[in-house]
Amino acid sequence: MAALLSALVALALLPLVAEKFTVQICTKIMIMAIFAMSLDLLLGYTGLVSFGHAAFYGAAGYALALLTPQYQAANFWTSLPLAVAASALLALVIGFLVVRTRGIYFIMVTLAFAQMLFFFFFDTKIAGGSDGIYVDVRPVAKIGGWQLFNLEDFTNVYYVVLVFLALTFVLLRVILRSLFGRVLAGVRVNEQRMLSLGYPTFRYKLACFVIAGAIAGVAGYLSTVQFGVVNPETLGWHLSAAVMMMVILGGMGTLVGPAIGAAIWMLLEIGFQSLPQAGGVDFGKHWQLFMGGFVVLAALLLPNGLIGVLDRLRGRRDESHE
Amino acid sequence: MNDTVLRTQGLTRRFGGLVAVKDVSIECRMGEVHAVIGPNGAGKTTLINLLSGDLEPSAGKVVLGATDITGLASHRISKLGVGRSYQKTNVFLPFTAFENCRLAAQSRLASSMRFFRPALADREVNACAERALAAAGLQGRGGAPVAALSHGEQRQVEIAMALATRPRVLLLDEPLAGMGAEESARIVALLKGLVAGHAILLVEHDMDAVFAVADVLTVMVNGMVLESGTPERIRSSRAVQEAYLGTDDALHER
Repeated sequence: MAALLSALVALALLPLVAEKFTVQICTKIMIMAIFAMSLDLLLGYTGLVSFGHAAFYGAAGYALALLTPQYQAANFWTSLPLAVAASALLALVIGFLVVRTRGIYFIMVTLAFAQMLFFFFFDTKIAGGSDGIYVDVRPVAKIGGWQLFNLEDFTNVYYVVLVFLALTFVLLRVILRSLFGRVLAGVRVNEQRMLSLGYPTFRYKLACFVIAGAIAGVAGYLSTVQFGVVNPETLGWHLSAAVMMMVILGGMGTLVGPAIGAAIWMLLEIGFQSLPQAGGVDFGKHWQLFMGGFVVLAALLLPNGLIGVLDRLRGRRDESHE
Repeated sequence: MNDTVLRTQGLTRRFGGLVAVKDVSIECRMGEVHAVIGPNGAGKTTLINLLSGDLEPSAGKVVLGATDITGLASHRISKLGVGRSYQKTNVFLPFTAFENCRLAAQSRLASSMRFFRPALADREVNACAERALAAAGLQGRGGAPVAALSHGEQRQVEIAMALATRPRVLLLDEPLAGMGAEESARIVALLKGLVAGHAILLVEHDMDAVFAVADVLTVMVNGMVLESGTPERIRSSRAVQEAYLGTDDALHER
């Protein structure tokens, strides 16, 4: 708890000392952390290996873009709930169809639905096709006549994202400890036994899928706010795979793990991309090769993710399992 | 006497060409232990799976009270008041014994779609879990992860979970398998105490225990009911003796 609060304070102080570039990177990392936490609710806590989680991230981004009038600003207070509702509704529809499948089929079907959405936006002109669509003017957050924060300003965006990161963390923590959260844990460990105890597991898994999709939508909305653009990549399987790597790398079944995983992943990406040329080889250009090597090493050396290493250093066991 | 809570009619289950349960009609009455015995492969566990909804019957009916529950999903049958334990320990190994029973007790809430209510704040559910643990002889052991418990204790957790769902009908699949003499005696005593408020269907290989608690016995062989009746009648039945209680001829018949 003390570690969490000091991390929060450090994050709150960062824009006072850091350059614009660092603040923007950190904003991106926090958005990915929200996204990764939402996936971990499925992956680590419920045992649902969704390989199409980007669908809900991208959907909210597109919702914001489509809700934004040209050359004008959308209303933050209405566009955020609407965008998140769009993701949740999409998760409800997709979830209704995929949650009844299991194991490898669940992975395949979630991937298939996300790719369908990808190609829908890629191949149709309703939102800019393969180039995506710009949000020229960021949503405005007014209360009465007064502007609470200005999303055109990168520091304001940073703090808004930080608030949502903290809210997501608290919300998930409450949910995981609730009666509902215990059902999810039971489903992960032994779904058949949950059925025989009288739990209609389908509807609990579906509710979990919708919650995870909605939170992914929050992340996707914030990402579109930060970059002012949304394109089909935000729905694609590359992003679904990357966020899954963040969760696994950081440590499944924890909330801090995915956040750490998101940070490490993004920093490595930047680090490898900025590798210099040497001996006629542009190492930075082949950054994905190094990412791949890192994933292999992590899989071999860190079976419980980075959080497992931290826990071992601090000599305590994962607190999330009772 | 017409306190029949659960009955089957011509219950049949095929696995491909194999008929695991064939035309079985039995009754479980409130306040009675109905023991089902028979050699391995007789179809006893399949019968329990058909009653609990873990398997769907190929033919025949299962009736609970006045309701036809044939083919209902296991979670619905559980909610209607049929609890079961498994022959092969089927619990939540990483969770504590208490959490296993708490989850079982929580299943009786109208809904668990409660996203903000802390699970541990429900005192009634907690108390029900504690009672079930104590009844199964696990008081003081609730805090240990089930994976760390002995095999016998895990068997007790299995029974405690069935109790924590507060069923009217208890289907117990070899509850004593793997238990020491002391725990077995405790569970037999527990069953004697429970029977007043329950209809119990007991599948068990421990004949001393069976004859100590059973009010009615059904002998199954090759998926069929060979004989059914009071313990005295079963004990004196020639067919049972030949087929089950052990003559060489019985083996040749298979």
